[in-house]
Amino acid sequence: MLQENDPTVSRSATGTGKAGGQPGGADAASARPSGPLTGAEAGGTTAATAVTGRQSRFQKLFRSEQTLFLLFILPNLVLFTTFSFWPLFFNVYLSLTSWNFLTPTRDFIGLDNYRYLFGNNEFWTVMRTTLIYTIGAVGGAVSLGLLSALLLNQKLKFRTPVRAMIFAPTLLSGVAISIVWFYIFDPRVGLLREMLGWIGVGSPPWLRDPQWALVSVIIVYVWKNLGFAAVIYLAGLQGIPKDLYEAAKVDGANAFQRFFAVTWPQLGSIHFFVMVTSILGTLQSFDIIRTLTAGGPVNATTNLIYYTYQQSFINNNAGRGASAAMVLFAVMLAVTVIQYRISERRTHYA
Amino acid sequence: MPSRNPLAAARTGYRAWADRQRHLGIAASAPTGPSASPAGDDISHPKPSLLSRLPFDRLLGYALMLILTAVMIVPLYWMVSGAFKEYAEIRAIPPVWIPQAWQNPFGPDALGFGNFVEAWNAAPFGRFYINTIIITLAGTSGELINGCLCAYAFAFLRFPFKTVIFVIILMALMIPGEVTTLPNYISIGSTLRSITSNLLGVEVSGINTYWGIFLPAVSTAYGTFLIRQAFLGLPREVLEAARLEGAGHLRLLWDMVIPMARPVLITYALISAVAHWNAYLWPLVVTRTQEMRPLTVGISYLFDTEGNTNYGVVMAATCFVVLPLILVFIWAQKFIIDGIASGATKG
Repeated sequence: MLQENDPTVSRSATGTGKAGGQPGGADAASARPSGPLTGAEAGGTTAATAVTGRQSRFQKLFRSEQTLFLLFILPNLVLFTTFSFWPLFFNVYLSLTSWNFLTPTRDFIGLDNYRYLFGNNEFWTVMRTTLIYTIGAVGGAVSLGLLSALLLNQKLKFRTPVRAMIFAPTLLSGVAISIVWFYIFDPRVGLLREMLGWIGVGSPPWLRDPQWALVSVIIVYVWKNLGFAAVIYLAGLQGIPKDLYEAAKVDGANAFQRFFAVTWPQLGSIHFFVMVTSILGTLQSFDIIRTLTAGGPVNATTNLIYYTYQQSFINNNAGRGASAAMVLFAVMLAVTVIQYRISERRTHYA
Repeated sequence: MPSRNPLAAARTGYRAWADRQRHLGIAASAPTGPSASPAGDDISHPKPSLLSRLPFDRLLGYALMLILTAVMIVPLYWMVSGAFKEYAEIRAIPPVWIPQAWQNPFGPDALGFGNFVEAWNAAPFGRFYINTIIITLAGTSGELINGCLCAYAFAFLRFPFKTVIFVIILMALMIPGEVTTLPNYISIGSTLRSITSNLLGVEVSGINTYWGIFLPAVSTAYGTFLIRQAFLGLPREVLEAARLEGAGHLRLLWDMVIPMARPVLITYALISAVAHWNAYLWPLVVTRTQEMRPLTVGISYLFDTEGNTNYGVVMAATCFVVLPLILVFIWAQKFIIDGIASGATKG
């Protein structure tokens, strides 16, 4: 069917229609000069078709821009459809069924799974844990990241290696990092017990106490991820025009005033990016919790993603797992939509 | 880089562009580079201000930097040193800071690799490495190929409703892998099994296979977006010149576009490789046997069994996972950090 797609016709149609829509008008500008060229090529191959038959017909097909476009995007598109878009719909369906992975058929039970979730104290505890974990982890990582960035923005020696140093843990396996911290948290032989001992404080029961366990996983998340916020804030700080500081200084602003009058507002979009990325990252935070606490003790560190995993793959309750996953998806979508709305408003008023 | 390219006009164009880039590069990096530091210093810390007149501030800065470094490095030191501690040293109170094995570097068991040997024998780490490497290579190259092809199509080829298709691909960014874990597990497991047994008479399943682990992670919306941005920033004149000389699209992509966008591609490849190396949830769910587990899943099972009884061995196993990444990071930190920072500030 694509053979009939005369390149000359399709080009003129798309050339006028789509050119303006592309970001960067250069797209259109460059597309046109190459147009006649493709035409010449196509003409050449058509003439040659008579001689070399099959091969040149294949070449013509292949040279046609639209065929090539399809060939280029096909693998990605097929994979996305199979492993992202379709599963989302499939997940919606699964959340309306009851299935233990073994029976040949899934029972359609309507909204029962959702009724179970929302009418269940356990689920609300999970939501509360997720909220506390997100606030603690995002707040910690973002504020410490900003402070580190402010420090590393000073003209101090060794700041580049220190920047690398604090960024390194973001790249390391969450499982490995959590195992190391499990050792550090050990209430008998752990490093933290020793260090708290230096200042005369006894070691809290860390992972054995429900409340301390939540603090522990937050500490590990913050330690692992503050470097990400720091690196991005640092890039943002270096992009603030120096003359703004100069002007503020001429007006007699001290360091704190300069921070709140210049630095903070100038970081506007960066704050936003860091916050949203971190919130989405915390909501997907599975490896730390699975390794350090396995959601315990007594579900105290079970966040939404761990709950989803638990329902699906430990309790083998596909329907409930799927419905919890839908709640997770809804929360993440809400964060993304709010981000989009706010950033849109920003650009309007800017 | 396009030295094999016989297209003289394009090559000259490329050189001119590269020169200009170099100029721009110098100009662009000037505010942070050493060349401009006197000027920058003047503005941010003018001589009469307290900030630079008193060494106190500078000392405070260094002290804070030291604390920050200590907080970040001590846990990693604890991991490496723990891997060299003997059982008695692990259980010692107060804890041992420098393992016995390091204190006498020329002693009989100077190296103290006992924990590493024990860890290596406690679980098939050789196999875990092979699995992780296969998954990382397949996943990263898949993402790169998909990203480059897709980005080229969206940046340079014309197609009706191209923007709409692009937005559809970007929508995949909103569907995190955590949400699709369960349906994907069912799709490549029981669904695929029943489809293939009905159609072909053989049962095919992705559970506990390499392709089952990496295939769902091979498509890339983020990569398409990032690489497309890089491609759109390339000099049009050069590519046009090459087109006029009769270069086909594949040739253009391979000989011109990819070499010119190399920094972005390297950064993206590194970030993608790190993600595949560390992947946990999906491999945990989809692997069934010890022989198919990657390092992350392997150590988590080792940790579940050895747990808090034998930290030395567990720390050694942790080193197996972490050290290759630390080495890669030391080698490529500039690419990774700059790539992430510029992605955020430009995007």
